[in-house]
Amino acid sequence: MLDMAPNLTQAAGWMPIVFLGVMGLAMLAYVILDGYDLGVGMLMRSASEDDKDSMIASIGPFWDANETWLVLGVGILLTVFPMAHGVILGALYLPVAMMLIGLTLRGVAFDFRVKAHAARKPLWNRAFYAGSLMASWSQGYMLGSLITGFATTGWVIAFNAVIGLALLSAYCLLGAGWLIIKSGGALQLQAVRWARASLWLTMAGIAAISLATPWVSRAIFDKWFSFPNIVLLLPIPVATAVLFWVIHRSLQRLPTRLAQGNEYGIWVPFGGTIGVFLLAFYGLAYSLFPWLVIDRINIWQAAISPESMGVILAGAVVVLPMIIGYTVFSYRVFWGKSGALKY
Amino acid sequence: MDGLDALVLARIQFAANMTFHILFPTISISLAWVLLFFKLRFVKTGQQHWMDAYQFWVKIFALTFALGVVSGITMSFQFGTNWPGFMEKVGNIAGPLLAYEVLTAFFLEATMLGVMLFGRARVSEKMHTIATLLVAGGTTLSAFWILALNSWMHTPAGFEMIAGKAHVTSWLEVIFNPSFPYRFTHMMLASGLTVAFLVAGVSSYRWLRQERGAEVMAGLKTGIYLAAFLIPLQILAGDFHGLNTMEHQPAKLAAMEGIWQTQKGVPAVLFALPDEKAKENRYEIGIPKLASLYLTHHLDGEVRGLNEFEGKHPPVAPVFWAFRIMVGMGMLMLAVSWSSVLQLAPWKKDPARNLRNWQARALVAMTFAGWVALVAGWYTTEIGRQPWLVSGVLTAADAASQVVAPKIAFTLSLYLALYAALIVAYVSVVFYLARHKTPADSGMEDTPNPVTYPEQQTSQPGAAHA
Ligand code: HDD
Ligand code: HEM
Ligand code: HEM
Repeated sequence: MLDMAPNLTQAAGWMPIVFLGVMGLAMLAYVILDGYDLGVGMLMRSASEDDKDSMIASIGPFWDANETWLVLGVGILLTVFPMAHGVILGALYLPVAMMLIGLTLRGVAFDFRVKAHAARKPLWNRAFYAGSLMASWSQGYMLGSLITGFATTGWVIAFNAVIGLALLSAYCLLGAGWLIIKSGGALQLQAVRWARASLWLTMAGIAAISLATPWVSRAIFDKWFSFPNIVLLLPIPVATAVLFWVIHRSLQRLPTRLAQGNEYGIWVPFGGTIGVFLLAFYGLAYSLFPWLVIDRINIWQAAISPESMGVILAGAVVVLPMIIGYTVFSYRVFWGKSGALKY
Repeated sequence: MDGLDALVLARIQFAANMTFHILFPTISISLAWVLLFFKLRFVKTGQQHWMDAYQFWVKIFALTFALGVVSGITMSFQFGTNWPGFMEKVGNIAGPLLAYEVLTAFFLEATMLGVMLFGRARVSEKMHTIATLLVAGGTTLSAFWILALNSWMHTPAGFEMIAGKAHVTSWLEVIFNPSFPYRFTHMMLASGLTVAFLVAGVSSYRWLRQERGAEVMAGLKTGIYLAAFLIPLQILAGDFHGLNTMEHQPAKLAAMEGIWQTQKGVPAVLFALPDEKAKENRYEIGIPKLASLYLTHHLDGEVRGLNEFEGKHPPVAPVFWAFRIMVGMGMLMLAVSWSSVLQLAPWKKDPARNLRNWQARALVAMTFAGWVALVAGWYTTEIGRQPWLVSGVLTAADAASQVVAPKIAFTLSLYLALYAALIVAYVSVVFYLARHKTPADSGMEDTPNPVTYPEQQTSQPGAAHA
């Protein structure tokens, strides 16, 4: 695919690749980090009143920074690849609006539910839940559209809607995994049950995406199913299957262990799910590269001038390590269980 | 026809989102500094009421910040969904400025916010103060970058057009473009004033409800003194800003002043109904020669009128009126803050010196006065730039997207409904918190030192100076 690229020794050639990498990683960070927030938000609907507060407490200090990765991801699309930004967001106009409204409801309900009159609390809880649901589903829908090249036939829309459901359950799986780590007692056991329920739909969704992508574009099909690529790529689906099995087994063993007060392995479901996300991301990135809009706009066509990219890159090189530094700091400050009262 | 409708709707949508967004950052920026002030007073004096004030206002800060973040996320999608042509043409300039805002400011404030709100029991007092400082610095920094971009759109500099795209020749000139220093100063003062009146208004509200402990008095005085200090500066900054506008965007200035013909000895128009068809003001009431005086510092100075910009000037009435609302609010702020300061003034010997009830009520009525002036000011600025999106470079019509009108109308109505509901919720929760101090049951921000409220006293001379 690199034959489309301009000379890679020139800034105009390699910089778009670097930014594609940063953008991809920002989106991945967003999906994983805000994924668990959104998952916890959706699971809240089936939690008891007390558990609701503990669940919120487990994501309270993080959600804002987590959401900022989305701003960075979209920010790079907007600032480095402006020619594609308009096409993509124009095509995704409605799901984007739905996501934004969802994120707005989620973000404000967070604060209003404890500050407004107590009688309003159930209302804001519902807004929190509904907002998380809307945002998750529409993100999945957008992922589907990206893969299907923004086509709008009936089948494609149905496919996108199913991907929406799959991402939704993947987020629930992440959220449940997070709660297994951050909570204790009945809530922790409940989280194990939630994780089990979300596992199957997540698997089905990833299978659907993997099977659908090659059929959408001839170029992607060739990338995967030509020799020797197919042999080299085989580890991806195999590793994914292994991870699912590991998560599944851990979820079966956890209830007994937790009942004995043994916390060994509470990281496995969350860590395993992150692994699945990484693999899925890698597969997707391999399929799509170097397209921003499949078979229509590639990264070199969409990029701004090398001088302006250089300015952003210089800033990113200096600042990204700092961002990672204080993110780590913040996670260390809030390490450990997050009982509602320990706040 | 269809295209035009979509353009108008896209404009309304962008303006609605932007208006909603700006309400909250404006408060976050300066409230963060006020919180830092409370915190530092507490650390320095060890007096609990400063910490109580901190605890009270940090709740409102958290709420405000959340609203600022979620509406800001909407903003970062708006460029793509509504104005794809903008980034295509000036992306080389707008891109890095927006990217620096995300990189240097957003992550910093969002991460440190967690420590500031929830971490007080988990980190040292010093670290917590530093986190508060970083949040305040972060919000100010984001204003810096976004205002650099916005000012560049008004008075572009430091670039050249190559094959229809803007390319940077000097970043310093891009960032410190001719209107930036004025706009940034004016906006920071606007933020300070908005918060000063918010703090003074809510404190007066509690004061009127007979809650007159040291904590409420500390808030009340902080708000009033801050307002009284900032408003003369704001008026001065506004005057300078106007001179800058006259130099760089004369058509906008003519619309603001309602001047149709280029002339000498121009009156300051207090009231008029600008009539675009007849190209004149109806029912004009003005003070002779005053506008010439403050615009040219000469009673007979010449000011260019709208007739010189036939077909290329902004719609007159909205700019004219928005400007008067802003200036009017500024004058009201001056009157209210200074009358209250004179009443509370430390040099008065009277030990019972205290607000009058009518003054407290006026302050309550002005709680959100900052918002009114702020939005009016932005409408002056932004509508006054029409028909340009980037002055002399790009018009709004050229930047518009292909999204069809019904889609925009649909999402616009959703946004408007959501925003109306959230503004109502925000204002009522602010006053609800003022009625119920709920230290422990709020459950969100940590309260390692249980908040104690001193016995309510009817008056507390000198409480804020102790
Ligand atoms: C003068 C101030 C000002 C102005 C005119 C704007 N902003 Fe803003 N913005 C801020 C000052 C600010 C802030 C105070 O820094 C906020 C509020 C809360 C926060 O996180 O930062 C913010 C938040 C904020 C966020 C959320 C950041 C986060 O997740 O932490 C985004 C994405 C934007 N803004 C984007 C924009 C865009 C695209 C604008 C213009 C078109 C804009 N803002 C105008
Ligand atoms: C500082 C960052 C800002 C930027 C980058 C910005 C940018 C823009 C853009 C791209 C448009 C659309 C094109 C047009 O219709 O002319 C616009 C219009 C507008 N903006 Fe802003 N804006 C900013 C701040 C604000 C704020 C804070 C407000 C209000 C409180 C505001 C109010 C408006 C209004 C009312 C319009 C519509 C003008 C019209 O179409 O007649 N803007 N601005
Ligand atoms: C009475 C004194 C005031 C004067 C003379 C004044 C003057 C001005 C002028 C001339 C502009 C237009 C700038 C342009 O051409 O772009 C402006 C914009 C603005 N004003 Fe004022 N102003 C005053 C009071 C206020 C107050 C009290 C606030 C808010 C608390 C405020 C907030 C703003 C804002 C946010 C803008 C738009 C952003 C900007 O361009 O700075 N102003 N003001």
